[in-house]
Amino acid sequence: MSGLIELSWIMAKIVALVIPLFLAVAYMTYAERKIISAMQLRRGPNRVGWHGLLQPIADALKLLMKEVVLPQNANRFLFVLAPMLSIMPALAAWAVLPLGDGLVIADINAGLLYVLAMTSMGVYGIILAGWASNSKYALLGALRAGAQVVSYEIAMGFALVGVLMAAGSLNMGEIIRAQEGPIWNWFWLPLLPLFVVYWISGVAETNRLPFDVAEGESEIVAGFHVEYSGMAFAIFFLAEYANMILISGLAAIMFLGGWYSPFHGLPLLGPMFAWVPGIVWFVLKTCVFLFLYIWFRGTFPRYRYDQIMRLGWKVLIPVTVVWLVVVSGMILTDFGPWF
Amino acid sequence: MQAVKEFFSTFMLTELLKGMRLTGKHLFDAKYTLEYPEEKAPQSPRFRGLHALRRYPNGEERCIACKLCEAVCPALAITIESEQRDDGTRRTTRYDIDLFKCIYCGFCEESCPVDSIVETRIHEYHFEQRGEQIMHKSDLLAVGDQYEAQLAEDRAADAPYR
Repeated sequence: MSGLIELSWIMAKIVALVIPLFLAVAYMTYAERKIISAMQLRRGPNRVGWHGLLQPIADALKLLMKEVVLPQNANRFLFVLAPMLSIMPALAAWAVLPLGDGLVIADINAGLLYVLAMTSMGVYGIILAGWASNSKYALLGALRAGAQVVSYEIAMGFALVGVLMAAGSLNMGEIIRAQEGPIWNWFWLPLLPLFVVYWISGVAETNRLPFDVAEGESEIVAGFHVEYSGMAFAIFFLAEYANMILISGLAAIMFLGGWYSPFHGLPLLGPMFAWVPGIVWFVLKTCVFLFLYIWFRGTFPRYRYDQIMRLGWKVLIPVTVVWLVVVSGMILTDFGPWF
Repeated sequence: MQAVKEFFSTFMLTELLKGMRLTGKHLFDAKYTLEYPEEKAPQSPRFRGLHALRRYPNGEERCIACKLCEAVCPALAITIESEQRDDGTRRTTRYDIDLFKCIYCGFCEESCPVDSIVETRIHEYHFEQRGEQIMHKSDLLAVGDQYEAQLAEDRAADAPYR
C-alpha cells in the first residue's frame, strides 16, 4: 500500500514537471518566432489570439491532425521507435534537475553523471531515425548529427568536469550549494572559459544554429527527420526544444548558481529579495540562456561541417584541458571566495 | 603582432559579439511589417491589375476591334471576334481575356489606340468555378463602368509622362 502511494506521488511529481515543460516548449517556439522576426524587422505571428499567443496551440492541433506517413521502404519498427528514443532521454534528464531548494524528483548522488548519460542517449534517436527512414538525406543528416554530438560531448563533459572539481560533488543540489552567495560567488567567474565552452558545445549538442548542419535546410532538406510527419515529427520537435531547455537549465545550475538570487547574502539587497522563491531565479536564469539560443539563431550563419569539427576538437577541447589545470591550481591554493 | 592580435580577437569572440550587437539593436527597431488586410501599401497610377474595357462619356464603347492588343499579347490571352454594326462601325462581338494566361505586362493597354482596354488597380480577386477565369466582354465593360472615375483619374495623372 505504501509502495503504491509512493508510486503515485512520484507520478504526480512527473506530471507536475512534464506539463509545464511541454507548455514551455510550445511557448519557446512562439518566443523564437517573435524574437527572430523582431530581429529581422518583422512582427511575427500576431493573428491567432492576442498578439498571436494562441499560435503554438494552433500549431500543435495542426500537427495532431496530420497523417503520419510511413515511407514504403522504411524499417517500420525503428521508424516508430526513433522519436520515442529521442524524447525519452530529453525528458528523463529532467528528473535530477533541482528547480528550487529541494524541488527535485530524484535527488541522486551521481546527478551530473546521470545527466551526461541521458543527453548522450539522445543521439540514438537521431541515428535510428536517419537510418530507419531509408532516405539519403535522412541518413546524411543522421551521420552529421551523430559525429557532431559525439565530438561536442567530449568538450561539454570536460567543461562539466571543471564544475564538479570546483563543487566537489556530482549531486546537483550540492553543486548549487557550493555556489552559495551573490552573483560573483557563482562558478561562471572562475570557470569563465569552461562556461563559454560548455555553452557553445551545448548549442552544438542540441543541433541548433549555428551548428545545425544535421538539419541544414539548404543542403539536406531537413536532415534526419525529412521523412517524419504529423505527430512523429512533433515529437522530434518537442525533444529538440526540451533538450534546449535542459541545456539552458543545466547552464543555470552549473555556472549561475541555480536557485540562488544574484543578491544572496548581500547586506541590503539580499533581504530585499529574500521573499522571491528560488524557482523564480532558476527559471529567469534558464530564460536568459534560451534567449541566447534564439539570439544566436537570429545572428549567425551556419558553420561548415569541417569548421564545426575543427572548433570542437582543436579549439574547445584544448581550452577545457588547459583550464582544468588552472582550476586545479585554484583549488589547491583556496583561491578567492569560490574554493 | 598582427597574428597575435588576430589570435586574441578570435578567442575573445569579438566578431561574433559584434554580430550579436547588431541583431540585438534591430530587436527594438521599428518593424516594417504591413498588416495586410487592414493596412495596404500605396499603389501607383500605373498599377496593372484586373482588366477593364472603358466607354466614352456618351456611353459608346471605345473598342474599335483593331485587334492590336490581341496581336501584341505575349501570352496569347486575348481572343477577339468582330463584325460590322448597323451604323457601319466595326465593333467586337467577342472580347475574352483568359486571366490564367495573362501575365499582367500591360502591353494591351500600351497598344490600344483609343484607351479602351486598361488595367485597373484591382488585385484582390478569386474564382470559384472552372471557366470563371475567362473575362468576357460584358464582364470587362462592367468593371470599366464601375471604376471609370478612378481609371480616368489615373490616365490623367500619367498623361504628362507619355
